Amino acid sequence: MSESDALTRPFVTPEGVDLELELAAASERMTAFLIDAVIITLSMVALTLALLFLAAITGYRSAEAMAVLWVLGAFVLRCFYFVFFEQSARAATPGKRVLGLRVVMRDGTPLSLDAVFARNAMRELEIFVPLLFMASQANKVEAAAEIAALIWCGVFVFFPLFNRDRLRIGDMVAGTWVVHAPKRVMEPDIASQTGGRNITFTPEQLEVYGIKELSVLEEVLRKRDPDVMRAVAARIRAKIGYPDGDPDEAFLLAFYAALRKHLESRLLLGKRKRDKYDK
Amino acid sequence: MTEAPLTLKSHRFRMEREADWRRLEEILDLVETGKRRELTDSEIIALPVLYRSALSSLSMARAISLDQSLISYLSSLATRAYFCVYGTRMHMMHRIAQFFARDWPATVFGLWRETAVAGSLVLAGIVAGFLLTHASPDWFYSFLPEGMTQGREPGATTAFLRQTLFENHRPQGLAFFASFLFSHNAQIAILAFALGFVCGLPTAYLLFQNGLSLGALLAVYAEHGLGFDFMGWILIHGVTELFAVTLAGAAGLRLGWTLVFPGEESRAVALARAGRTAAVVMIGVVVMLFCAGLLEGFGRQLITSTFLRYGVAALTAVLWGGFFYEYRGGRRVRV
Repeated sequence: MSESDALTRPFVTPEGVDLELELAAASERMTAFLIDAVIITLSMVALTLALLFLAAITGYRSAEAMAVLWVLGAFVLRCFYFVFFEQSARAATPGKRVLGLRVVMRDGTPLSLDAVFARNAMRELEIFVPLLFMASQANKVEAAAEIAALIWCGVFVFFPLFNRDRLRIGDMVAGTWVVHAPKRVMEPDIASQTGGRNITFTPEQLEVYGIKELSVLEEVLRKRDPDVMRAVAARIRAKIGYPDGDPDEAFLLAFYAALRKHLESRLLLGKRKRDKYDK
Repeated sequence: MTEAPLTLKSHRFRMEREADWRRLEEILDLVETGKRRELTDSEIIALPVLYRSALSSLSMARAISLDQSLISYLSSLATRAYFCVYGTRMHMMHRIAQFFARDWPATVFGLWRETAVAGSLVLAGIVAGFLLTHASPDWFYSFLPEGMTQGREPGATTAFLRQTLFENHRPQGLAFFASFLFSHNAQIAILAFALGFVCGLPTAYLLFQNGLSLGALLAVYAEHGLGFDFMGWILIHGVTELFAVTLAGAAGLRLGWTLVFPGEESRAVALARAGRTAAVVMIGVVVMLFCAGLLEGFGRQLITSTFLRYGVAALTAVLWGGFFYEYRGGRRVRV
């Protein structure tokens, strides 16, 4: 089972199609959170400066109103930044959007406001308590107590690493999980491109490879790196016993189209040749 | 040329359906960027049809096509469309109205056992704090950290204590005070709820501790015959605030209880259900604390008659009690 299979979860729509959702990796979650933390911090700085500026140009008569706005603004940013973005149509904060993540109910029902609130209220336990603990290092407590507190905080902070579904405590309490659902663009079909040459292959030559090799070839052709293409073309020519002569790109395009046609027609007959070892 | 690429069945399949996919993508782009209102009637009608056709395209592509990028494109498109079609997009105002009219009071009602336990913990804390401080004033400093009390201590004079209760503030500064109290209390309440995850024990401790400091203060004032006035000073906002704190504690206790005793469901399912129930209560708690902040910041500083303060306290008690616990006839919702 490969890395990506371990994070794929069945998600069957009412129409009976499995969308095969892919869970977000812990590293992606962490990155998304850091992006959000930076945004929150910068917003806080901007809010402070803006209010100071406003107070200054009104000659500090409105200082109290600005202070009220500051306190309420800080509260809203800290408690409702995540809630606001996650209950929107994208179900993701800006940090999650950058990484193509979204919050989904584990049971497939629509994401509700209470679930979003629950999963984010738990951040108090996961982020705020450990931060508070680190800040309170000044009042020297006993070493044993400190270690105990460190382990205690670690349990909450690293919770997602200790379960299969990468759930943090907020996800457990809200019944949600975070999936990788990026917006993809439709790329051109490589099989419709030709290198401008007539290159044909015998059925024996097309028998060598399977679906896995085809998708690797597809990746190579989408990147179009000349060095990689030269190496791959050389490997394929040697393997199937095809003479040198055609340009690498044209050869690979033609081989991709021919191999795909060959494998797809076998697919229609119910034979899925996984890779080159699959007879 | 025997192997003409354009004769690929998977390629023809793609050519035939591509326009539909693009159309669906355009609609999804609008919805996801919050421009739902820009959708035309025909696009709204087309959305579910296009969604189903994208799903069937995905199944089809998985069966016949080996173009990996096409399959991942379709899978992403179908997933986005699924969330667009099946995510209920109730109008925000409607959602808020439903929250106040049904969800919040019904959920609080359903949480009455935990509320009773949390309330008893606060009460027990008040009684213990009062009795201990009354017996030996030294206890006072175990319940309230120094510096927090601003001179409201066992050694203070009657005149000073009276002045702390009836200081008549000018309106300046009160709004800031109110907003500070609100955000501070709301933060503590959310923490009390979150700590419920740790089997509810820290939540119980926070509730009891809250009661202890209140009881200790009450003892100091009662010593000088100001107990009645002090309770007026506390209760004008305290009815709302203590009730909100108790509800936050109750939400945390529900969480901790469910974690330990999930009942017939699996622990994960039971916990998720309890978490969402508790979250409804917590959203309401934030609203209550906002009211409490206003009462404390403005009401208490502007109303300096003890009887009027008791009047406001009684009024809030009746309002909250009626809102949460009045008989709902047929529409009582079990949570």
